[in-house]
Amino acid sequence: MNLLGQPVGLVHYLVVGAVLFACGVVCMAVKRNAVGVLMGIELVLNGANLNFVALGSRFLRADSPLALGLDGQAMALFVIVLAAAEAAVALAIALNYYNTHATIDVDEADQLKG
Amino acid sequence: MVDFLAQYLGSVWLAGTLWALVQVVLVLTVVMISVAFFTWLERKESARIQDRLGPTRVGGRFGWLQPVADGLKLLMKEDLIPAAADRVLFRAAPYVSFCAAFTVFVALPVASGWVALRLDAGVFFVLAVAGLEVLGVVLAGYASGSKWSLFGAMREAAQVVSYEVPLALSAVVPVMVAGSIDPVTIGDLQAGGFWNWLVFHDPFTFAAFFVYFTCAVASVNRAPFDLPEAESELVAGFMTEYSGFRWRVFFMAEYASMLAVSFLLVFLFLGAWHGPLPLVAGVYAVLGIPAGHPLAIFVAQLAGAGVFLVKGYLGVATMIWLRWTLPRLRIDQVMTMCLKYCLPLSAAMFLGAAVWLYAFPAGVTSRLLGPGAAATEAAGSPPAVAGRTALAEGER
Amino acid sequence: MAVHWHSFFFWLMAIMACGFALAVVFSNNIVRMAFYLILSLGAVSGLFFLAGADFLGAMQLMIYVGGTVVLLVFGVMLTARRPWVDMQTSGGQWVLAAVVGALLLAVLLQTAFSVPPWQSSAAAAGALPPAAEPTAGPLGLAMVGVRVERMADRPAAESSSGLAGYLLPFEIVSVHLVVVLVGAAYLARARRRLSAAAPARPLEEAPQ
Repeated sequence: MNLLGQPVGLVHYLVVGAVLFACGVVCMAVKRNAVGVLMGIELVLNGANLNFVALGSRFLRADSPLALGLDGQAMALFVIVLAAAEAAVALAIALNYYNTHATIDVDEADQLKG
Repeated sequence: MVDFLAQYLGSVWLAGTLWALVQVVLVLTVVMISVAFFTWLERKESARIQDRLGPTRVGGRFGWLQPVADGLKLLMKEDLIPAAADRVLFRAAPYVSFCAAFTVFVALPVASGWVALRLDAGVFFVLAVAGLEVLGVVLAGYASGSKWSLFGAMREAAQVVSYEVPLALSAVVPVMVAGSIDPVTIGDLQAGGFWNWLVFHDPFTFAAFFVYFTCAVASVNRAPFDLPEAESELVAGFMTEYSGFRWRVFFMAEYASMLAVSFLLVFLFLGAWHGPLPLVAGVYAVLGIPAGHPLAIFVAQLAGAGVFLVKGYLGVATMIWLRWTLPRLRIDQVMTMCLKYCLPLSAAMFLGAAVWLYAFPAGVTSRLLGPGAAATEAAGSPPAVAGRTALAEGER
Repeated sequence: MAVHWHSFFFWLMAIMACGFALAVVFSNNIVRMAFYLILSLGAVSGLFFLAGADFLGAMQLMIYVGGTVVLLVFGVMLTARRPWVDMQTSGGQWVLAAVVGALLLAVLLQTAFSVPPWQSSAAAAGALPPAAEPTAGPLGLAMVGVRVERMADRPAAESSSGLAGYLLPFEIVSVHLVVVLVGAAYLARARRRLSAAAPARPLEEAPQ
């Protein structure tokens, strides 16, 4: 099949990154469980990471002077570390919320409404 | 190897594909046979420790074919899924653990240059993938639909995840001494006699060896750290609802991960594929065989692979020995051991090894470290930096 | 028919990543969402390996899949009530979210396809995938402050501009992690129940 015989270009990685990003945004918007919202955040960050790594990849941009090179991987590394930290804090907040309100539903968090 | 095959097959693509398939089959076969061997070894060793004989009927006097009989029996058992179980996850969980445990062997070398995938972050990859087994455990505990399975799974996950930190810290000590996180480089560094093994490099690495072994036993949930698996000797934690082939998959994953941490122990501390004495080089020197001859190199690497496997199996045999000798720890003792003893110890060993490297950059006995590092070893520059610079300049 | 293995595994991993991400969005059971997230992030790690970033792929496996998802699963278990599937979103919200998501995807795809040099790759069809160059060493040294992979193409006599590494961000992130650990532990500490009707927690109490 011609599709499998051709090497993939940068745009393929960017499309996958875009799909992950959009899925993450929809997940953040739609889920009522706070942990589900966090999963959406993880998907968003992974889409962005994939973009960074693809733009910095030696395979995909060997001959371009605009290639990010190792910078792409370093940025993705920092994003991974910061995402892990942010997930820890967000889960602590979710746990706190669950302990005080006895529910994990974010729709019930409307005490400041109106 | 690919070029060698391509000459006969005519196409580089076919040669590359065939060679990749051969490597995959080799890795899988070695690990599967090892796992079957450990089933037999566990029963024999536990029997001898308990002053009885163990399997003696299937396959001759020593019961060699007992693992085959066990496997056949488990295949023929009824496939039970509890009514309250989550069917998709119940079926998928054993395979998550299995894949995580077996993928580790992709990056583990058995001899100098004999590795399925030479990653220059090899040790890191091994530690990362070995920590993925806990996901299969937690999913299995949830998917069984029983709160006891869930409790056991959460305890096991907490234990494995907690012990990953001192495990990684004490694994980083020989990496720092060697100056490379590539397992092939670390193994090549320990050539010569057993006095070159990293465990004898400095007292901090020596202590890190014991901390690593303890954390390795804990992170594969073997006794004396197997409280999550044998809580009341009747229910088996997250594996309670698993029977037949799925239980066998979990056990294969457990033995495979025991073998993986044992292999990691061997090439980080115990000289990888080098024997205690440089016998092969000595034999070649005595018989006058040129050491650069391809067949001579091949035979030497084969001997190295054999030595590596034997050392790994000895590590697993020690873990089995520990299981049947020491009593089980309580969960609070397990967590105390990790957070109050192993973690500060491994951090102290890391600091101590760093200070030692700074104080004695050329090693206490001034041994050469790494290919090409001798030329760049300036006074006061740690050999670790020399090793890393050599790596950065593309030397592989 | 020579399958370009790089492309084959790329398509496999890409379909896994996107498919399981969609499964995360459309699933209602929170634990199944975590499982699909594991598979999706594992596929993204495979994509990192295919793009030549093997240290980053291993790091993704260790930190994201082995750390963050375990954290999420613990979070699910600690905040769970029977039945697991009880929170549904109304149809109107789904439509709105789908419209926004589709628009965002359209914008991103249009940007991705807008640069012609990005559409093709320099690799030859039918060849074997290229061998990865070492990234762990250069990344590690870049974190300490020296960009060793840029040293090769500038003579030593010139100024050392562009050779600065990521030492300051590395230190900032380290301190950030300590702060986050302390803060998260403080936020999630056990405290008294607000009401007697609250369900029992499935794990023993966290240390105070």
